[in-house]
Amino acid sequence: MKLKHILLGAAAAFAMAPAAMAGRGDDGHVNIIYWQAPSMMNPYLSGGTKELEAASLVIEPLARYDQDGNMVPWLAESVPTVENGGVSADLKSITWKLKSGLKWSDGSPVTSEDVKFSWEYCTAEGGGCSQSEKYNNVASVETPDELTVIVHFDVAKPFPYGPFVGAQAPIIQKAQFANCMGPKAPECSEQNFAPIGTGPFVVTEFRPNDVISLKANDNYRDPNKPAFATVTFKGGGDATAAGRAVLETGEFDYAWNLQLAPDVLANMSAKGKGTVVSSFGTLVERIMINLTDPDPKWGDERATRKHPHPFLTDKAVRQALSMAIDRELLVEIGYGAAGRPTCNVLPAPEIYKSTANDGCLVQDIEGAKALLDNAGWKVGADGIRAKDGVRLSILYQTSTNAVRQDFQALIKEWWKQIGVETELRNIDASVFFGSDPGSPDTFQKFFADVEMYANNFDGTDPESYMAYWECKQAPSPENQWQGNNMPRYCSEDYDKLVAEMATTGDLNERARLAKAMNDMLMQDYIILPLVDRGRVSAHANSLGGVVLNTWDSELWNAADWFRIK
Amino acid sequence: MTEVAKKSSVEQAIRPPRSQWWDVWDQFKTHKGALVGAAFFLFIVLAVIIGPYIWHIGYETIDIRARNQAPSFAHPFGTDQLGRDTFARMLKGGQTSVAVGVTAMALSLVFGTFIGVVAGYFKKLDGPLMRFTDLFLALPLLPLLLVIIMLFRDPLRAAFGPESGIFILIVFVIGITSWMQTARIVRGDVLALKEREFILAARSIGTPNRRMITRHLLPNVLSPIMVSATLGIANAIITESALSFLGLGFPSDFPTWGRLLFDATDYLQQYPERVIWPGLAISLTVLAVNYIGDGLRDALDPRIRGR
Repeated sequence: MKLKHILLGAAAAFAMAPAAMAGRGDDGHVNIIYWQAPSMMNPYLSGGTKELEAASLVIEPLARYDQDGNMVPWLAESVPTVENGGVSADLKSITWKLKSGLKWSDGSPVTSEDVKFSWEYCTAEGGGCSQSEKYNNVASVETPDELTVIVHFDVAKPFPYGPFVGAQAPIIQKAQFANCMGPKAPECSEQNFAPIGTGPFVVTEFRPNDVISLKANDNYRDPNKPAFATVTFKGGGDATAAGRAVLETGEFDYAWNLQLAPDVLANMSAKGKGTVVSSFGTLVERIMINLTDPDPKWGDERATRKHPHPFLTDKAVRQALSMAIDRELLVEIGYGAAGRPTCNVLPAPEIYKSTANDGCLVQDIEGAKALLDNAGWKVGADGIRAKDGVRLSILYQTSTNAVRQDFQALIKEWWKQIGVETELRNIDASVFFGSDPGSPDTFQKFFADVEMYANNFDGTDPESYMAYWECKQAPSPENQWQGNNMPRYCSEDYDKLVAEMATTGDLNERARLAKAMNDMLMQDYIILPLVDRGRVSAHANSLGGVVLNTWDSELWNAADWFRIK
Repeated sequence: MTEVAKKSSVEQAIRPPRSQWWDVWDQFKTHKGALVGAAFFLFIVLAVIIGPYIWHIGYETIDIRARNQAPSFAHPFGTDQLGRDTFARMLKGGQTSVAVGVTAMALSLVFGTFIGVVAGYFKKLDGPLMRFTDLFLALPLLPLLLVIIMLFRDPLRAAFGPESGIFILIVFVIGITSWMQTARIVRGDVLALKEREFILAARSIGTPNRRMITRHLLPNVLSPIMVSATLGIANAIITESALSFLGLGFPSDFPTWGRLLFDATDYLQQYPERVIWPGLAISLTVLAVNYIGDGLRDALDPRIRGR
């Protein structure tokens, strides 16, 4: 009896030991599964998310985004801004300070030369760098001392956080990659498979498109991290199998990007081995409204500004269409935990999120009917509203996808209730998103009255995204049907806001402008946002410290992961 | 034995004169599989034509609270992920599938037989017509369908409305892309028949070409035509499903058996019955039609009939 008590007490004391007290490598082994397999560990040579995320275990940027989209210093001491003097007043240069005492995993010190080299590596002549847009407009990089890096731009950059920020633009070691510049970059397989990094782990074995074995970095800056001594990073399979491996069988600790139907995921997690986590970025499923007439009778001028739409130019109709939609139900049917209803086309980051339009979250069929009645649209004998001989009959197109077709059927039913007739059309995704100017079925040509798809933007800065709905961005025969302004929206006030944002550096002011633009689009009912779609991953119940991040690599804080005992 | 023979010959003597089609029916009756198949096909056709008028739930009615239900008294085939009644959708879908199958088959049959007979019978036309057939065989089917649908969808939609416009288009597209096999088989048979003595005899008494074809050739090539016809229905139903799947067929909320099947594959593990219903309907219909074809071939072949 006594012995048992002692043992129990000892066990309890052990269990209560705080995680912070655990030292490096105390928690043994962790298994990660990505159902798309990484082919290398160098994000500069691959645009794929899988390579980027695998590499983020090893190499790191100066600053990155946290789970809320805020910038946090990583290898840098702090994030430079105009206020703290890190960004020059003319917005043409930014000065980064490295943390002191940083070491590469081979024990050599990290210097500003390595940072400068990362820029040279990506922009080297003859090399196809996948992340070169991160280094757009960089004129030169200056290294006044070992720890200081000054990036000079050739234009004023209100948002200077492209270079060396985020998992897409990490710092690589100059000594290792010096001979791998430009055309030689892809040939350096040893370097590309096992880069020397500053991150919590080091590659011990890399099998392309299969398994990566890693161990804890002995020179990692925090002596108590990472908690895991070794990592197995398995690639390949499909989302269902990956979900099973974590949620049903418990073979793996972490599974990435589980794009599965909500009830399939719910069935898996009911086994109790793991937890489904989701996090939200900027991906919004939306209905675009065509303000131009897509009638084939106009020939080459169909769906151009020359012929305004017969009834969708009436704001009351657009608003009624929005009011009739039950966004909560759409989320429940199509995305479950991986989605949430939204009334904004710019749903995140938090500082850009407007709350002015949240009224759309509640379905209001009666209100929509009254609105149409007041606007003079009277219900005809066939149950469809009409005014002056124009019937509210809509052609509704989207890409072929089971969830989207369910959405179409539901929305058609709601629109029928308010007296709007809907014809559905679904187009193969590769054609619909194919941007081929020869095909009539692309989402840019928009030969329909409304269309539904999802879109988001890279990073956290919405400037270029909000410029999509500038007047000149409308696809038309003159620009070979390229452009992102699908509704062919054209407003002088909106264009002014876009121009203003391009020259504004202050973050709060930028947020105000972005919100104003979002509200303008929403309150004009040019775009009907439906669902804010998140990313879904799963981790074993015994894996602690996971913070899902859609703004950066999902493995961004792998150093903080630990085993729950 | 002699008495029986005598009796039957007496019966034959006093029986009123009857048309050839009665003989066909008598022969058809002896094929049990064909009878069952015909009965089943008739049942399916009646069910999908009359069914939607009798069954009280509409095929488009969404009842979101009753989604993903197992078969029950209220919903004999269960409901789908939006709470639409699967039975109603099966009936409505069958209407389209059977109509597409039969019409497209008829179209390809008429076209294929015509080309085949003309090519086989008239030597001068043989070369050009067969090269024409080869041309169609060599065309990649899917890109051709894409182009046809892209070109003609909007005009037909404007002229006949979205559903009948697409129906005409799909029937036409399937019809004109599936006649080649029939044409080749028919031509081959006609070429062989042309060398037979009875054709020579018919020709020697001055039978005109039109009569030669309708009286002597067509009845003798009916069996291969029937076989390709039955296969044609099956093919047409399957092609229509493939088109629906690619988003080129009917609008997504317009059910056909093929579309119901494709929609259900996502839920194969959780609700297997949703795949089983349309799958069963397609297989049984195709099987029934094949048996009918088998029976008809026996019944229509003058060499087998009456034995």
